[in-house]
Amino acid sequence: MSGLLQVSGLSVTIGALPVLRDVSFDVAPGEILGLIGESGSGKSMTALALMDLLPPRARRSGSLRLEGTELTALTEARMCGLRGRDIAMVFQEPMTALNPVLCIGDQVAETVRLHTGASRAEARARAAEVLERVGLPPAEFPLSRYPHELSGGQRQRVVIAMAIALRPKLLICDEPTTALDVTTQARIVALLRRLVAEDGMGMIFITHDLGLVAGLADHVCIMRGGEIVERGPTAPLFREMRHPYTRALAEASEHVPARKPAGAGAPLLEIRDLVRRYAGAPGPAVDRVSFTLRRGENLGLVGESGCGKSTLTRALLGLEATQGGSIRFDGAEIPAGAPVPRAVRQRMQVVFQDPYGSFNPRHRVERLVAEPFHLLDRPPKGRARRARVAEALESVGLSAADASKYIHEFSGGQRQRIAIARALVIRPDLIILDEAVSALDVSIRAQVLDLLAELSGRFGMSYLFISHDLGVVRAITDRVMVMRAGRIVEEGATEALFRAPEHPYTRELLAATPSLATALA
Amino acid sequence: MARYLALRLAILAGTLFAASVVIFLALEVIPGDAAAFMLGLNAQPDTVAALRAELGLDQPALWRYLGWIGGALQGDFGLSYTYKVPVAELIGDRLWVSLPLTLYALALSTAIALPVGILAAARRGGPADITVMGATQLGIAVPNFWFAMMLVALFAISLRWFSAGGFPGWADPLAALKALTLPAVALALPQASILARVMRSALIECLGEDYIRTARAKGLTRGQALRRHALRNALIPVLTILGMQFSFLIAGAIIIENVFFLPGLGRLVFQGITQRDLMVVKNVALLLVFAVTLVTFLVDLAYAAADPRLRTRR
Repeated sequence: MSGLLQVSGLSVTIGALPVLRDVSFDVAPGEILGLIGESGSGKSMTALALMDLLPPRARRSGSLRLEGTELTALTEARMCGLRGRDIAMVFQEPMTALNPVLCIGDQVAETVRLHTGASRAEARARAAEVLERVGLPPAEFPLSRYPHELSGGQRQRVVIAMAIALRPKLLICDEPTTALDVTTQARIVALLRRLVAEDGMGMIFITHDLGLVAGLADHVCIMRGGEIVERGPTAPLFREMRHPYTRALAEASEHVPARKPAGAGAPLLEIRDLVRRYAGAPGPAVDRVSFTLRRGENLGLVGESGCGKSTLTRALLGLEATQGGSIRFDGAEIPAGAPVPRAVRQRMQVVFQDPYGSFNPRHRVERLVAEPFHLLDRPPKGRARRARVAEALESVGLSAADASKYIHEFSGGQRQRIAIARALVIRPDLIILDEAVSALDVSIRAQVLDLLAELSGRFGMSYLFISHDLGVVRAITDRVMVMRAGRIVEEGATEALFRAPEHPYTRELLAATPSLATALA
Repeated sequence: MARYLALRLAILAGTLFAASVVIFLALEVIPGDAAAFMLGLNAQPDTVAALRAELGLDQPALWRYLGWIGGALQGDFGLSYTYKVPVAELIGDRLWVSLPLTLYALALSTAIALPVGILAAARRGGPADITVMGATQLGIAVPNFWFAMMLVALFAISLRWFSAGGFPGWADPLAALKALTLPAVALALPQASILARVMRSALIECLGEDYIRTARAKGLTRGQALRRHALRNALIPVLTILGMQFSFLIAGAIIIENVFFLPGLGRLVFQGITQRDLMVVKNVALLLVFAVTLVTFLVDLAYAAADPRLRTRR
């Protein structure tokens, strides 16, 4: 392969801990290399090692050659001249990757001025051209805009503009669309593909999403524990999947837990014409939403960020005042605007997305899991309380001894199990799962989905499963609702709706969702 | 932006109103007769009655409050009971010492703290950082009056570079500045220690942000990323502390003014309290509240200048 980039024998250690072991790959001009792996696999470390932006205590060894130049031999000053000009990088989190106090024009122009010595006016003119190229025409998005005035997708376009301003030879994208909605993701991926084709750049695309990379990359490297376990041209690699880990990843990412579809139980949660309006907002965040959730049923709610699904969740939990409509829980009416009574709160629990932020780090697991007991009229005390906590922990696959540990001793997947145990401990009828598996790696996600399916079968609980991930919703729900701009635009039995979506928005969502099967077809 | 400004102005006015009511209630309405309090235990009843009439205490409270505020708005703060001169005149004289002293100390503390804090953050964990952290810890721990006395012992008594106290007036500006130098240093050093630490920690936090990584990926050196991207973001907490320090300095210089025999506001309040001169206490308190809220207002404007998100927030 006539290489643009040759990586051979790249290893990185942090202290005594090896984080990358003997990583080798090539990237040719105009080629897209997909780097796939779960968290901790070393894919981001590989990118940072290429940029020479590793954490302070990290040591790298091996050879990195860009068009024949050995990067590891360059001084920091030479590397500064190279970064942004020859090698550029796009990061995962568009919300925080831009400086909040500088306008977008100056941030893009900075790359130009730094490397070309152009005047301020020239650099701004160049910035305007580049922003136009990434789909932010200055007529609509003046250079004087600040990052907080843009959406996540628009910010990611600014980050891409900064990276490609000087037409670098190599563009490294580290999970550039993970924080974005699927339709936005599809547009950003199309943009990146176009830029690679137009400029003949080499691109390294880092992701955990097999479906996404299968439809984009020419070559793929699968990483695990700091090593590349399998590599090859994309289509043959995914067709054959020689390495067991690749197969495991592919299975986990399309995993469907075994579960019995729910029968038609009695209505548990009935929502009629619910309205939530924020003062000063142009329209209601939740606009006359009605639905019924039956006992034992798993109901999905899908939609993109800002569609109102989180507001709806908070309204159901009594954390938001509502301005109209009604909520009936097991036949009992909760009028609009009234606080949700304790008798109802006892039977309704929630699991949130962030397994790191939703626990008090100073409390032991026993206290964390026992928190919902305060909703009970006669909370169990002493030995009874410990027994209930132990039972909840065991039902999510942890042990009773874990009750005396602190939350930092657990991994992300284990934390999410603890969050589920916390919801289970008072044996609710309904658990609201708000993006509960979105932050997890695919293999962990598959395990948690299995757990959820098993628990709902065992305890006859209902789930309201809220997610932006259509694949997950398809795997675990009986019925699904599609929400957009505060309204439910389509609703139906999950399989039927996914097979034959009627609303154009549902079709758009489904078309934008990357899938390994469709990418290889 | 106009909305932000209007809101801040409304808060300024509201705070002043609330503070004036609290001061008024605390000094006049709360049990205990102001005139009897000012004259002490052995006063004759007819003297008390005369003073009550002079102070207008026989009028209703609301009327007295309106009279006080109405006068204050026109610069009339009434007569000092002990000095028999207008309080406005007393405050005016003292302000010419206290305000320059505060600004001097603030300028010194900023000039020391910002570079030191930036240096410590840029060399985090290195010898410079460790030195700065140690020195600032000491600067916070040492009481400023003790430090003031050490300054006097060294620079006034041993070296004889400065006078040990007193204030010659502004007829000779250089002499006046010189007289304010030791007190300003004594006031500034503990403030600079706090400010340097805030600067350091704010900057270290900003250096860990994602946009610094983005800046480095663009090709900026570590130093350029710090100067162009981290510094302005780190200024926001620093501004907060600066505003609080101004408030502290203008009123909190009582001890330092006493150590250096400076005729400032702090000493005026102190004397007002010991001599039970409620007219002085009440009006200086009002003035200090005004100064503090005004500075808070200015800090809010500075926030908006530093952070575009505040300008457009609805």
